[in-house]
Amino acid sequence: MRLELVKRGTEATFLVFASPFIAIAITVFVGAIFFAAIGVDPGRGVYVFFIEPISAWWSIEQLLAKATPLILIGAGLSLCFLSNNWNIGAEGQFIAGALAGSILPVVFYQFEGPLVLPLMLVMGFAGGAFYGLVPAALKTRFGASEILTSLMLVYIAQLFLDWMVRGPWRDPASFGFPKTRTFNDAAVVPTVGPFDIHAGLLVALVVSFILFVFLKRTLKGFEVRISGTAPRAATFAGVSNRNMVMFVFAISGGLAGLAGVIEVAGVAKKLQPVISPGYGFAAIIVAFLGRLNPLGVVFAALLLALTYLGGEAAQLELNITDKVTRVIQGVVLFAILACDTFILHRVRLIRRGK
Amino acid sequence: MKKYLVAALTAFGLSITPAAAEQLKVGFIYVGPQNDGGWTQRHDIGRQAIEAEFGDKIETVFIESVPEADSTRVIERMARGGAKLIFTTSFGFMDPTLEVAKKFPDVKFEHATGYKRTENVSTYSSRFYEGRYVIGKIAGKMSKTGVAGYIASYPIPEVIRGINAFLLGAQSVNPDFKLKVVWVNTWFDPAKEADAAKALFDQGVDIMTQHTDSPAPLQIAQERGLHGFGQANDQIKFAPGAQYTAIIDNWSPYYIARTKAVLDGNWVATDTWGGMDTGMVEMAPLTNLPDDVKAMAEETMRLIKSKELHPFTGPIAKQDGSEVAAAGVVMDDGALAGMNFYVKGVDDKLPQ
Amino acid sequence: MELFEAFVLTVITAATPLLLAATGELVTERAGVLNLGVEGMMLVGAVSAFAVAVTTGSPILGILAAMVAGVSMAAIFAFFALFLVTNQVATGLALTLFGLGVSGMLGASFVGEPGVKLAAIHLPGLSELPLVGRILFGQDPLVYGSLIILLGVSFLLKRSHVGLVVRAVGDNHHSAHALGYNVLMIRVAAVLFGGLCAGLGGAYLSLVYTPQWTEGMTAGRGWIAVALVVFSSWIPGRLLIGAYLFGAVTLLQFHLQAVGVPVPSQFLSALPYAATVIVLVVISRNRRLLRTHTPAMLGSTFVPDK
Repeated sequence: MRLELVKRGTEATFLVFASPFIAIAITVFVGAIFFAAIGVDPGRGVYVFFIEPISAWWSIEQLLAKATPLILIGAGLSLCFLSNNWNIGAEGQFIAGALAGSILPVVFYQFEGPLVLPLMLVMGFAGGAFYGLVPAALKTRFGASEILTSLMLVYIAQLFLDWMVRGPWRDPASFGFPKTRTFNDAAVVPTVGPFDIHAGLLVALVVSFILFVFLKRTLKGFEVRISGTAPRAATFAGVSNRNMVMFVFAISGGLAGLAGVIEVAGVAKKLQPVISPGYGFAAIIVAFLGRLNPLGVVFAALLLALTYLGGEAAQLELNITDKVTRVIQGVVLFAILACDTFILHRVRLIRRGK
Repeated sequence: MKKYLVAALTAFGLSITPAAAEQLKVGFIYVGPQNDGGWTQRHDIGRQAIEAEFGDKIETVFIESVPEADSTRVIERMARGGAKLIFTTSFGFMDPTLEVAKKFPDVKFEHATGYKRTENVSTYSSRFYEGRYVIGKIAGKMSKTGVAGYIASYPIPEVIRGINAFLLGAQSVNPDFKLKVVWVNTWFDPAKEADAAKALFDQGVDIMTQHTDSPAPLQIAQERGLHGFGQANDQIKFAPGAQYTAIIDNWSPYYIARTKAVLDGNWVATDTWGGMDTGMVEMAPLTNLPDDVKAMAEETMRLIKSKELHPFTGPIAKQDGSEVAAAGVVMDDGALAGMNFYVKGVDDKLPQ
Repeated sequence: MELFEAFVLTVITAATPLLLAATGELVTERAGVLNLGVEGMMLVGAVSAFAVAVTTGSPILGILAAMVAGVSMAAIFAFFALFLVTNQVATGLALTLFGLGVSGMLGASFVGEPGVKLAAIHLPGLSELPLVGRILFGQDPLVYGSLIILLGVSFLLKRSHVGLVVRAVGDNHHSAHALGYNVLMIRVAAVLFGGLCAGLGGAYLSLVYTPQWTEGMTAGRGWIAVALVVFSSWIPGRLLIGAYLFGAVTLLQFHLQAVGVPVPSQFLSALPYAATVIVLVVISRNRRLLRTHTPAMLGSTFVPDK
């Protein structure tokens, strides 16, 4: 007796929408088993990890702040992954964007005014896009695997940032400690209304909506999708593969760069040796969890942000290790991938001997 | 209107948070895993020490592996969770600590290794360089090649001070003593530290010291039949035949004193830079050493403890020969805190 | 000359974990499956090897445990990526995350414990030969194991029927299926073999390289192993060159610093990664060669049509 997958003719519409929720349910269930296994009351574990972080407004503000970079990067990556290009190096593009965007507040800090912030955002996008185009060019020009080159470029960007904040860009008033000067007020992303949330969230929401419309309603968006699902058909239709690779890497790199500059200008307000707690990698999960749909990414980013906050809450309340967060993130991703399978396939039980 | 909204939302938030118990909640923010065998673990031992000391009167909580870039949020979560005394145990938490401290004036904060203070933010650090000086003297006596290897993490004043103190100690015994420095750009990566140690030994050094946290360099020394020093923790278990001694961070006395101050209601923000005399810097037992060197090391520690000896007493010259402190002059704490030059004899260029 | 001998000895240590993990990944990829979970499998292998070796006092049992652990992790990947045909890139990433978390939890009580080092084999007479003695005849069993596995894989892929079938599955699963081969089972076997080798690579780290367990101690070596497979253009012999070259570059940066080369250390630390990118580009330029050896079905899913 064995299981066998049979392709469905069409996507099961109900499952398309239900699958993320089923995946969450599976994760909560596995999480409960997991808590029980390490000697924590599963009900309390699930409550602290998944519910408590959204039971208070200040915590929801934190959730939104944490989700902001994930939305931006994840939305860009979904474009990339849809077209079958594997940009694993968003973390590096995030850093490149933060560096490029910080040129104004760090080097030309005397320059103040309402133009500073918009310019920083543009430069951040450009920096990330440029850094994203490196693996794209290496792929189109030399055929080098973008998975690996983009990843290697992450390490290089991290070390370069480290060198910059300890060397050329070090704050002269920092007693030799590694950080740049603190950005002046003109270079800081403002908060929204009475809330303790910076405006980067709005940028992220607008961007993901634009990308959603772009994918659904424009010819170029259609080309992105078809390059992934039917590359040969795309070529026949006159879509240049080379241009497509460059395009999606520029967009995803640019958005990662934008996320980078928004993060440093909205949260830390300076550069330091490490500016990202792994947003670029976490956004890969976000993209998949959002089913490569820019609007889905918004919800996915919120869910992933919840796992971070939940991990912290679990440490505070239950005294359990932060490794739980990683395990649960892995399980979320496994679950959503498995659910996707059932959207496209029916599972059949085959008896031996058939 | 805006004000009311904020107040309403805050109230909503607080109403959901579990009511704070009678106990004093003491929180710790760690930069690495709780049991990293080095820096963070020493702080965690300090946390356990206050639990043992005060028992039911306090409760401790911690969050480990907090990325510095994201720490404002995490520190705030801890303050919201009812912690009234919070130790943030890495330099990178400095500005985030101040930011959160401004929002929570009734919570006391203690930031390790920083230099910014406010009414409810203290700073504290250890004079590890005193230990470095002692191990430098040992190296000066024990090295046959007259060259030691130094695995360094990041070029910040703390690390540079350690390198200089080590070399000054060694030169006080052997004026021609040399030091090879390798920067690994990490606080903790055993395999990388091992690689660096191997390269240094292959280049002819016969004593190793490191300002990174893993015992890997000592393990390599043990394999090669050479020697070295432990860092942060007593690492004798990893290299019983190779460790001469180790510089141990001991935060317990400080943590106990500060927690007591909060319990007694007389906590005020201060700056503490404690050395061997306060017990914040300890040395592991002297092992694998001949008696005369042991005696010398013990005498040096005694002099440092009694303040008769300061490692940074002139004459001290920079690499280019220019004088930093004249004979008999002791460098002041301000100069030590921001140190960013090598003393003469370091075979390396300081990363700028 | 002594420095050269010492250098080669350290390069062997640096290269062996990469070579072990990469050999497994090469077989996996030759069968048409891209498993990016090598980092996670290595970590679980490393922690299992350490835990068992310390508890039983036997590094050999530790190695066996690492193999079992690697295979178990690979089985998770196989279940999702092959049976449930999930996206292989994403599944590999999930496996790495999962492995990071699980290994950290399993190893929590072993942090700060000294390990049990796998001893080197000493052949009286031969090991004492000048220059080549220790390099050739004084290594530990895992170093020899890594070379034997590589030779075996090289031979089997090229010359044996098994190798032919694996390659056929990787190059065109439809034809292989039509010819009556069980594509799924062959791929599962290749993935499990990959896990076994990654587990061994992890064991090398926690039993030989630095006999201790620390969270995330692979520090990106699993990813380098994946990069080496591309570097090798899927030819086992080149894997050997790649792994040893990478090991040499890694150590070179410290030697350069120790002799006082005036380059910022961050740039020297970036050297191995920059070298990987450059080498990937150079290798990939030779498309003719790539086309002959790249598994055409790499990363694509297979669901037999009924």
